[in-house]
Amino acid sequence: MNKEWEMVIGLEVHVELSTKSKIFCSCTTEFGGAPNTHCCPVCMGMPGTLPVLNKEVLTRAIKAGLALNCEIEKETRFDRKNYFYPDLPKAYQISQLYKPIAHDGLVEIEVGEETKQIRIHEMHMEEDAGKLIHSDWDNETYPDYNRCGVPLLEIVSEPDFRSAAEVSAYLEKIKSLFTYLGISDCKMQEGSMRADVNLSVRKKGAAEYGTRTEMKNINSVKAIERAIESEADRQVDLLISGEKVRQETRHWNDDKRSSYAMRSKENAQDYRYFPEPDIPPMIITDEEIDEIRRNLPEFMGEKKARFVDRYGLSAYDAGLLVQNKKQADFFESVVHEGADAKATANWMIGYFAKIMKDLAIEFEDIELSAPRLSKLIGFVESGKVNRKDGIELLNMMIKGEGPDDVEKYLEEKGLFLSNDNSELEKFVLEAIEANPKAVEEYKAGKEKVVGFLVGHVMKNAKGKFNPSVVKDAMKTELKKQ
Amino acid sequence: MNIEKMTAVEIGKKIKGKELSAPEVAEALIGNFRDREFINAYTEFDADTIKENARKAQEAIDRGEAGSVLAGVPIGVKDNISTKGELSTCASKILEGYKPPFDATAVDKLKKAHMFVAGKMNMDEFAMGSTSETSAYGPVRNPWNPDHVPGGSSGGAAAAVAAGAAICALGSDTGGSIRQPASYCGVTGFKPTYGVVSRYGLIAYASSLDQIGPVAADALDCAAIMDVISGIDANDSTTISLDQKESFLDSMTGDIKGRIIGVPEECFGEGVEDDVKAGVESVIKELEKCGAKAKPIHLPFIRYAVPTYYIIATAEASSNLSRFDGVKYGYRSKDSNSIDDLIINSRSEGFGPEVRKRILLGTFVLSSGYYDAYYNKALKMKRMIIDGFEDAYKDCDVIICPTAPMTAPRLGSSLSDPMKMYLSDIFTVSVNLAGLPGLSVPCGFDKKNMPIGAQIIGAAGRDKTVLNMGYAYQKVTDHHMKRPEV
Repeated sequence: MNKEWEMVIGLEVHVELSTKSKIFCSCTTEFGGAPNTHCCPVCMGMPGTLPVLNKEVLTRAIKAGLALNCEIEKETRFDRKNYFYPDLPKAYQISQLYKPIAHDGLVEIEVGEETKQIRIHEMHMEEDAGKLIHSDWDNETYPDYNRCGVPLLEIVSEPDFRSAAEVSAYLEKIKSLFTYLGISDCKMQEGSMRADVNLSVRKKGAAEYGTRTEMKNINSVKAIERAIESEADRQVDLLISGEKVRQETRHWNDDKRSSYAMRSKENAQDYRYFPEPDIPPMIITDEEIDEIRRNLPEFMGEKKARFVDRYGLSAYDAGLLVQNKKQADFFESVVHEGADAKATANWMIGYFAKIMKDLAIEFEDIELSAPRLSKLIGFVESGKVNRKDGIELLNMMIKGEGPDDVEKYLEEKGLFLSNDNSELEKFVLEAIEANPKAVEEYKAGKEKVVGFLVGHVMKNAKGKFNPSVVKDAMKTELKKQ
Repeated sequence: MNIEKMTAVEIGKKIKGKELSAPEVAEALIGNFRDREFINAYTEFDADTIKENARKAQEAIDRGEAGSVLAGVPIGVKDNISTKGELSTCASKILEGYKPPFDATAVDKLKKAHMFVAGKMNMDEFAMGSTSETSAYGPVRNPWNPDHVPGGSSGGAAAAVAAGAAICALGSDTGGSIRQPASYCGVTGFKPTYGVVSRYGLIAYASSLDQIGPVAADALDCAAIMDVISGIDANDSTTISLDQKESFLDSMTGDIKGRIIGVPEECFGEGVEDDVKAGVESVIKELEKCGAKAKPIHLPFIRYAVPTYYIIATAEASSNLSRFDGVKYGYRSKDSNSIDDLIINSRSEGFGPEVRKRILLGTFVLSSGYYDAYYNKALKMKRMIIDGFEDAYKDCDVIICPTAPMTAPRLGSSLSDPMKMYLSDIFTVSVNLAGLPGLSVPCGFDKKNMPIGAQIIGAAGRDKTVLNMGYAYQKVTDHHMKRPEV
């Protein structure tokens, strides 16, 4: 982007809440399912039906509001947003405009070494719409109402972003907060997190905002970054060549790396919002808010600081561990079982990551026992088990093929290293005898041959000794020669 | 058997005493219906279905299952209240052929009490009207004089009960739609406090004002039906519970000694027909004889009630009726080339002129730039009306005024002068805006021999007080027993 210009971005982020049932009826929110099988008269907006709020949605919205450092509205209520579209069976969406559940929040993001605060204008609850499926078979369009009534939170930021990197840091931050809260899985690819980008550009130092465009429903962080860079360049080019930016909604085509105008402001809809008469206002007390606040989990930032402080991890290692709450919790369980914290961190960041990458699985997908892993780490780190054998066993455990009793398994397989010094001495002397040339080289100052001789011992002893112990013994013996 | 001479409670008692059976009552009702088809009170009256419903109700009674005092009694249901698998069309072309997959909560409760549904009742399209002339099924006629309207929008219910073509009925009341036709037809109609009866399954006109209630021969029948249909409903978050210590029926003592009746000066002035004034004043006199005390009060806000009502009601209606788009059920316009055309054509062809007018008005008052000038102002006015009534009830137990300023007009005369029709709602709409209970009781006839109705209005939640006041009046008078010659 041209150095004299800056971009100004505000985000509207939609997050699907992972409640079991929908926001206004008891239908399942499960993703997928044959069309129109996860619905009932209420979410299909049949005449005479009425919405009844799922209380869990309100609780989760309050949690989210607190995590975003928002003010919680004590008397919140729903409003109707009216528009005609076949995927919206009531022809209005139950949303919040006048009294949203949360407002005036603040989210801290880190971009490189810098931290920055993004202000939250408001956050509100609403219902999702269905979707239309076009059939090429008969060239007809069919509505699928399964997604109707899935609960959503919409988080509207102030126009505080000045780069694509800030936007992606913010999206990652929201994902982290909400997955730590356990209120949403925030998977952009599956549509459980979607973002609309409002972007304008202006000369650096200008006080006024430029005319903005909106890009809706872009489905990955990388695509959003590309859309932002492209749109900012397009607007700057227009302005430099003396043209104007039109206020419009644009569609980003990530495959073509370009956007096109969908509708201009002249065609903007008048949603005729008014208070939803079917749902009474919800009164939230300070006690309820305090109770929810008290039970908020430790978030990523706090957890990272505590890992550095309590376990002596580097900030970098702690940062990697807390990326994922399940992984961070597992780390603590393993340490709690007695394993050394730094060693455990190294195992999880190093060996785990490699094995999971080879198997193409996520931490979410694996079931591990903290006590068994703790034992294994202990045996390897104290030199009782060969590291290579330990990693092999870890591999089995990650695949779900590990033994119930780690110690018994190592015993049976004869994988515990021997402590028998007289036996070791025999192997060492045998190696020296069999390799006179190597011994000569050692005497001539070639220290490297120690490794060769140790290898000889390890091979003949079938790995039953700890290599570093063998190395020490070998050095001692060679000095005697 | 003259079922038209009997109340629902009387029939219920005879069924319990095995003097009558539900199928016998159904047969008699079907006969009466055929003799009175000219009033056009029903949108759907299927004799076979009714006989089947009666047989099932009687079987449950014979098995000794608990029901209500009204077990075995047939009840007509207004066509905007959902009945599972039976046409529920709001008397509109746009819902032609629509059969809901579920029962309204009120209907479900009727069935659990072993009452049975006997037909769907004609009405103004989507309950929008005061004459029952805007129905897609043609106008309902007043059995006292078929050249006159029965009132509306629950005109079919009131006309059928008056004519003996129904024992009792469920109506709905958004701005007077139960009380005004009850008044015009000489029967008793009750609009409960907002939230006392679940709205689940009532096809919404104006959600914040709509309420289901009974239309019947007298206040006792209304009380008995209220015992069946009232109560908190998990499917309707706006439902409330009243004091449950005594049933509605048990609260009907007829004792009103010391009760204070507020008589609002504003409701007896210009624009109210002299016969109507005289009829309503006679009610107050009778009640004073029974030990109540009358006292003049003021409801200065009442002149704002009609404009406030038409802004709020049409605003909500414009949203509630948006779902009728030709996509999912009911009427779909043929040969539309785009989704926009499909929606526009289906709605233009499916809705009648009165409904279209109200949707347009409601859309306008909610539009960006007009919201504060109209809708928001109306909400503030609504608040003032609620507060105004609360003040009034510091000095009295009930308020009595005419249900309507006039008796039933001639067919066709109202739609040609809509402002007059809207203004005739003045005494009923404020009750809906404030969410109060209101009862209309017959209190005589005007010079043209058309019935007059008096309205008894209570504070929110004082439904039993209101019904008991009506019962006390009906114990000492017989206007409610008069029936037209058919």
